[in-house]
Amino acid sequence: MKRVGVFICHCGTNIAHTVDCEKVAKTAAEFPHVVFSTDYKYMCSEPGQMVIKNAIKEHKLDRIVVASCSPRMHEPTFRKCMESAGLNPYLMEMANIREHCSWVHPDKEKGTEKAIDLVKMAVAKVVKNTPLTRSSIPIHKRALVIGGGIAGIQAALDIADAGYVVDIVEKEPSIGGRMAQVDKTFPTLDCSACILTPKMVDAAQHPNINLVTYSEIEKVEGYVGNFEVTIRHKARSVDVSKCTGCGTCWEKCPTKVASEFELGLGTRKAIYTPFPQAVPNKPVIDRDNCRYFKTGKCMVCQKLCPTGAVDYTQEDQLETIRYGAIVVATGFDLFDHSVYGEYGYGKYPDVITGLQFERLINASGPTAGKIKRPSDHKEPKTIVFIKCVGSRDEAKGKPYCSKTCCMYTAKHATLVKEKIKDSQAIVFYMDVRTPGKNYEEFYQRAVDEYGVQYVRGRVSKIYQKGDKLIVKGEDTLLGKQVEVEADMVVLATAMVARSDAGDLARKVGFSYDQHDFFTEAHPKLRPVETHTAGVYLAGACQGPKDIPDSVSQASAAAAKVCGLLSKNEMATEPIISAVNESICSGCGLCISICPYKAIDLKTITERVHGKMLERQVAAVNSGLCQGCGACTVACRSSALNLRGFTNEQILAEVDALCL
Amino acid sequence: MKLAYYPGCSLSTTGIEYNMSTLAVARTLGLDLWEIPEWNCCGASSAHLTNHLLALALPARNLAIAEEAGLDVAVPCAACFARFKATEAAVKDSAETRATIEEVIGRKYEAKYTVKSLLDVFVNTVGLSQIKTLVNRPLEGLKVAPYYGCLLVRPHKITQFDDPEDPVTIDQIMSAIGAEPVYWGYKTECCGAAHPTVVPEVGLKMLKSIYQGARDAGADCIVTACPLCLTNLDMRQKEVGEQNNTQYNLPVFYFTELVGLALGHDPHTLGIDKHFVDALAFLKNKGFLNPVQNRRDSE
Amino acid sequence: MSIEAVKADKAASQENWEPKILVFACNWCTYAGADLAGLSRLQYPPNVRILRVPCSGRVNPQFVIRAFQKGIDGVLVAGCHPGDCHYATGNYFTRRRYLVMQRLLEFMGMDPARFQARWISGSEGPKFQQVVTQLTQDIKALGPNRKLRDME
Repeated sequence: MKRVGVFICHCGTNIAHTVDCEKVAKTAAEFPHVVFSTDYKYMCSEPGQMVIKNAIKEHKLDRIVVASCSPRMHEPTFRKCMESAGLNPYLMEMANIREHCSWVHPDKEKGTEKAIDLVKMAVAKVVKNTPLTRSSIPIHKRALVIGGGIAGIQAALDIADAGYVVDIVEKEPSIGGRMAQVDKTFPTLDCSACILTPKMVDAAQHPNINLVTYSEIEKVEGYVGNFEVTIRHKARSVDVSKCTGCGTCWEKCPTKVASEFELGLGTRKAIYTPFPQAVPNKPVIDRDNCRYFKTGKCMVCQKLCPTGAVDYTQEDQLETIRYGAIVVATGFDLFDHSVYGEYGYGKYPDVITGLQFERLINASGPTAGKIKRPSDHKEPKTIVFIKCVGSRDEAKGKPYCSKTCCMYTAKHATLVKEKIKDSQAIVFYMDVRTPGKNYEEFYQRAVDEYGVQYVRGRVSKIYQKGDKLIVKGEDTLLGKQVEVEADMVVLATAMVARSDAGDLARKVGFSYDQHDFFTEAHPKLRPVETHTAGVYLAGACQGPKDIPDSVSQASAAAAKVCGLLSKNEMATEPIISAVNESICSGCGLCISICPYKAIDLKTITERVHGKMLERQVAAVNSGLCQGCGACTVACRSSALNLRGFTNEQILAEVDALCL
Repeated sequence: MKLAYYPGCSLSTTGIEYNMSTLAVARTLGLDLWEIPEWNCCGASSAHLTNHLLALALPARNLAIAEEAGLDVAVPCAACFARFKATEAAVKDSAETRATIEEVIGRKYEAKYTVKSLLDVFVNTVGLSQIKTLVNRPLEGLKVAPYYGCLLVRPHKITQFDDPEDPVTIDQIMSAIGAEPVYWGYKTECCGAAHPTVVPEVGLKMLKSIYQGARDAGADCIVTACPLCLTNLDMRQKEVGEQNNTQYNLPVFYFTELVGLALGHDPHTLGIDKHFVDALAFLKNKGFLNPVQNRRDSE
Repeated sequence: MSIEAVKADKAASQENWEPKILVFACNWCTYAGADLAGLSRLQYPPNVRILRVPCSGRVNPQFVIRAFQKGIDGVLVAGCHPGDCHYATGNYFTRRRYLVMQRLLEFMGMDPARFQARWISGSEGPKFQQVVTQLTQDIKALGPNRKLRDME
């Protein structure tokens, strides 16, 4: 026989005005298992809680129902009250007779009737409650940052400064990411490398940061505080402990290939660092193009290396490391504009992307900062910029705004006018969007002071005529067709997710949207967390972002990581799924339905007819389970149940209401 | 290979040479073109400006006859093709539209068979390699500007063939018969349609940019697959030239004429003598009119 | 009591009959939406009883069947909007189960309109009010649920 106490709150007059609380208390006293029932003006107040505590003591109550406001309001209050009365806090249920009853039903008779029903349901449920205990999981104080762009570097620096060890895993041979490719930054026009390179060096020299370059994430297991991450160190063919970065090897290497870093505008060698300021400044051998790996001959780099660092026999290596938290900062790719026939399907050499233009104006780029057309290396006089290429285009591109293009196009046009005095910069645009500190002013300067010509309208066609590009378009403000003879066209192509973003999200186990951008836990209130505890987002992998936004998000993610790592262990909510192994058939249906990868199969041994048999059953990881209950419905044998919301509890409520 | 054939009104009047050359070439290529009996007008641009249902019903009647014969339909004229395709799409799209159309034309039409542009038939039904093997007078050294116009490839959702921004089928056919297609920017520009007649100050300007574009690209002649484009480009060339103090000297051909020539047909049976800009003299100068031995004909 | 009297009593009770409706509300969206409706004093018929579940995906169709067996007149399962599920995907399962359940109820000879699913977010107090008001009207029009109750 359970001993239930029922406490009806008046909430001043909030409840008592339309609900006859006394009558509710009296009726509740007759419910099965109820041994005590009373009403009080303010149950949540100190004296109100004393009423509960005294009743528990006096009537030897082993569980209670509080009928008052929403549990979203005072559930923690009454749980604490239970605890201080020496009872398990989960042996308490609330009936919401304020928000769901007194406030919405003016008819006192009907309201009272409903309040009685609600209390009856709560009593039926609480009878089936069992004591639940919070458990705790240890936190491993080491963080992983995936991606070594500006967001990853910033997050790593912040976490490292707080005193935790951080590994940055970067798939390229050097950290730096997209920002390293950019020439100048808006709206200040300071040089990107000048502000990025010191950060790269800081990261490399920080005692708490390990740079793990030319490496990729192979596998992620475990859960918050205890991720087991397997990292693939790709074969560099260079022993980094011996290499001094002197550069002899890449100077003498006979093979030239198009440089990825220069976006095809320049070349690199088969043994290379992506750019001169690379961190670490140690080369890798591109085995697909290396003459030795293709023909077995050459070995120039090995012969010339003064420290004997070149090692052709290196192989990929796997390493498994334990982390407490993960920051994902994998950045973005550019939309492939070759789907646009009107811009020439990517066939015209002088129709380039904004990022390629960054390389063309970059002092350390392939043209040493002189703006030259890729086709004939002549200086272009008329440059057309087209915005929203791939952005805001549901037909062929992406529906979203890429956010950064308006500003970098204004920057590009400004730089053109600065570098080529007698030049013409014409921008075709749909809208000019400049929300950001000093952004609008920057754009206005481009128009007013630099004389950049903005034409509102889309370009319908570009075609090559001799060495000119004819750009046909519409000026919608004048309602006229325009035709420009341009020397070069720069497309502001959309920011899109990395092509392998979905793979990574599945490996780590968090969600991504229809465009493969990673999904934050809440678009407004939890912008840097994912739905997977312990995994955070920074930078453009979550959505198009400029540098200031990426950096702020990185620091925010770092703050979350530090908050997590500052604890030795983490309490977990006991409202999670539990398996009744004796009836679990091990079918595994629950595994695929679980959004948190919290369920696995495990092998158990049991005695059947005197023989020991092995079989598989589901096992819930209490660190990962968030208590949604999806698995309980999928389970055919009802072996899975959600603590705090068990099938029995819910059915008891249903029965109590109906009968 | 048997196909229903819908010549349309242009091919019996201003574009008669398109019909002549198509029939001659089809025989050589082994295409059995069955002219839809008692075909009616496709509605052209007039019907769909007047009445939506009429614009669908007119092509539907022709298509229904072809469907009764169980044949795909080959359409040489770009405008007919556009109207037929639009009808096919509308009928496939809505059972309600289909029922209304069937009631109007008094026949069943379920769009079971496909409407194909003649270009599509050449490239995808006959095949480029087949054309190549039948060539016995390769048009080597002939630089042609392939001109598609606006109707043939747009809207892509309806035409479902070739690339709307950079179509290539004429280019491919020209390469197959030994000619050299030039790359130029006016492939799909508008020829002006009725404007050269109605609003010449607009229409002739549009034609001028096409001539100029072809000339700049180094083409000897223009090749098209649309009777209205050809009429405009051919008939107005002298006038536009005079206005701009120049002579373009760009004969304009149907692609079937050049294919016919390459397959060894007599230029007169192809109707090449029917152009305003003297095409016969042009071809003679290029040396493409010398008689051909052992013409392979599948007849 | 005469047969006429029983009939008259039954008719009278039917006239005064008020449906009882069970709402399974997801803790993160609809429950909060109902709280907001209360906070905003948005009135709705007192026929609905809210049962709190962590996620609409926690609602086992068996709970619904049981409620109908025990004589409930209508059931509403309400959760977060598609794409907004607190647990990422729970409401997608709800959506699929809802469609299957409706067909099952139809097969059993019940009016599937007695079982509904709706998406009501935590900020949609007015929507909660409107949904339950409409539902109460609809269920009232359908009359008492006898079908399954009589099987007991």
